[in-house]
Amino acid sequence: MEFFWTYLWPLLIIVGQSVLLLVILLIGIAYILLADRKIWAAVQMRRGPNVVGPFGLFQSFADLLKFMVKEPVIPAGANKGVYLLAPLVTCVLALAAWAVIPVDAGWMIANINVGVLYIFAISSLMVYGIIMAGWASNSKYAFLAAVRSAAQMVSYEVSIGFVIITVLLCAGSLNLSAIVEAQNGPYGLLNWYWLPLFPMFVVFFVSALAETNRPPFDLVEAESELVAGFMVEYGSTPYMMFMLGEYVAIATMCALGAILFLGGWLPPVPYAPFTWVPGVVWFALKLLFMFFLFAMAKAIVPRYRYDQLMRLGWKVFLPLSLAMVVIVAAVIQYGGLAATAVK
Amino acid sequence: MIAAFFFYLFAGILVASAFMVVAGRNPVHSVLYLILAFVNASGLFVLMGAEFLAMILIVVYVGAVAVLFLFVVMMLDVDFAELKQGALQYLPVGLLIGGIFLAELLLVVGAWVIGPGVPAAITAPISTTVTNTEALGLLLYTRYVYFFQISGLILLVAMIGAIVLTLRHKARVRRQDIGAQVARTPADSIEVVKVRTGQGLGSNSVGGNP
Repeated sequence: MEFFWTYLWPLLIIVGQSVLLLVILLIGIAYILLADRKIWAAVQMRRGPNVVGPFGLFQSFADLLKFMVKEPVIPAGANKGVYLLAPLVTCVLALAAWAVIPVDAGWMIANINVGVLYIFAISSLMVYGIIMAGWASNSKYAFLAAVRSAAQMVSYEVSIGFVIITVLLCAGSLNLSAIVEAQNGPYGLLNWYWLPLFPMFVVFFVSALAETNRPPFDLVEAESELVAGFMVEYGSTPYMMFMLGEYVAIATMCALGAILFLGGWLPPVPYAPFTWVPGVVWFALKLLFMFFLFAMAKAIVPRYRYDQLMRLGWKVFLPLSLAMVVIVAAVIQYGGLAATAVK
Repeated sequence: MIAAFFFYLFAGILVASAFMVVAGRNPVHSVLYLILAFVNASGLFVLMGAEFLAMILIVVYVGAVAVLFLFVVMMLDVDFAELKQGALQYLPVGLLIGGIFLAELLLVVGAWVIGPGVPAAITAPISTTVTNTEALGLLLYTRYVYFFQISGLILLVAMIGAIVLTLRHKARVRRQDIGAQVARTPADSIEVVKVRTGQGLGSNSVGGNP
């Protein structure tokens, strides 16, 4: 009986919470995918998916069914184990990042001290799904895409790391909840870090686009050059898992942006009618705002050339973010802010 | 009990995958097993309460170093079977290195068991009141600041060395100068010309094919 209360019951609670979060997240992803296509269509003055269900609301579920009933084809020259492992790795890692994301005060599955580092570690592992897929497919296009992506994702991780460090310097903690609480103040949205760290917010946004292989940095699957990049040999369920992993990773980056720069679950104005709204609603709105920016970037900006991408990462963002780390640290140390920033 | 279970789980997978790194026939599989070993090692760090080290292990080794390993191994076009042929003749060397490492480990553990005061005397005290990220930072930037700076300098020198060794200036390569492109104005880059029918642009034409 004691065994039940000390081990089994907490385990059941964690499993229950995880399943709830995953179900909500996956349904959310289905509609984020639809929103992506609708926004893209609206910018190009098309209608977008509008046939399945009212306003095309069930389009993602129709796609899901289509992918699941298709026949999975494994190329003859492929390395079978690695080939099938790659989409699984992408999908599982993308979902695993959500274990530490606080959607409201105290609403997360694991409140760990190094939450930011955990998400950073997971996002640095995401590159393996792509490299494994590119190599195991035994195809020139897939391999070229994998080689490109490895360089791209490793490059932009560096600048994301420095951006995160500037936020950590201001918040004085690696715990995601503590970072959100550090942005709580009497001026509401003017207290959030997007204002004092605005250049870093821009660098984070652009690096997040590159890290998740979104246009204008979708060189990994640049269809005009590489057919479909690393997933050219994939079809049916494995392909769907790549797409799912990609969109979950995008949602994770949006959530990270909302937590680091837009005050997580905090209301924009800390007074009566706004504080009645539950924090999870504010968090979802901020996540959707970030995603809207992602979708608009996809619709508006033309694709970068590969050397321009590398130049932007190493010659512009890296020096800029390094300089900002030094500046922010100096301002906190000598501006008399150290006492309030570090608890 | 749960901690012990997870320790044996992580340690078991770690040892098995480390063995597979050596025993695997395909180098890419070997690197993937190496990555699995790294991830399990970081699981062991988490069990010991060293969460910062665990995450840094994944970010640095798995996220960057192992990617480069994998990158190089995938590019190599070698006959894997031939490569493995002579592997057995290196067994004595491997055993020797393993033996030395085991002896060193035993010495460290032995010192720890025989003289419990020894580690406390030569290492910094462990703070139990702050999180281990904070404790590491406090220690690294005070007691070990010179070692930290020296290791940073060594890395800087290594980086500059690598750049110097590989940088080549080719005369024929036309590079893109983004500053020059952005600084262009319509006035100095285009000319609007009215072409009369049947006369063409004449001899003083600008641009276009002759």
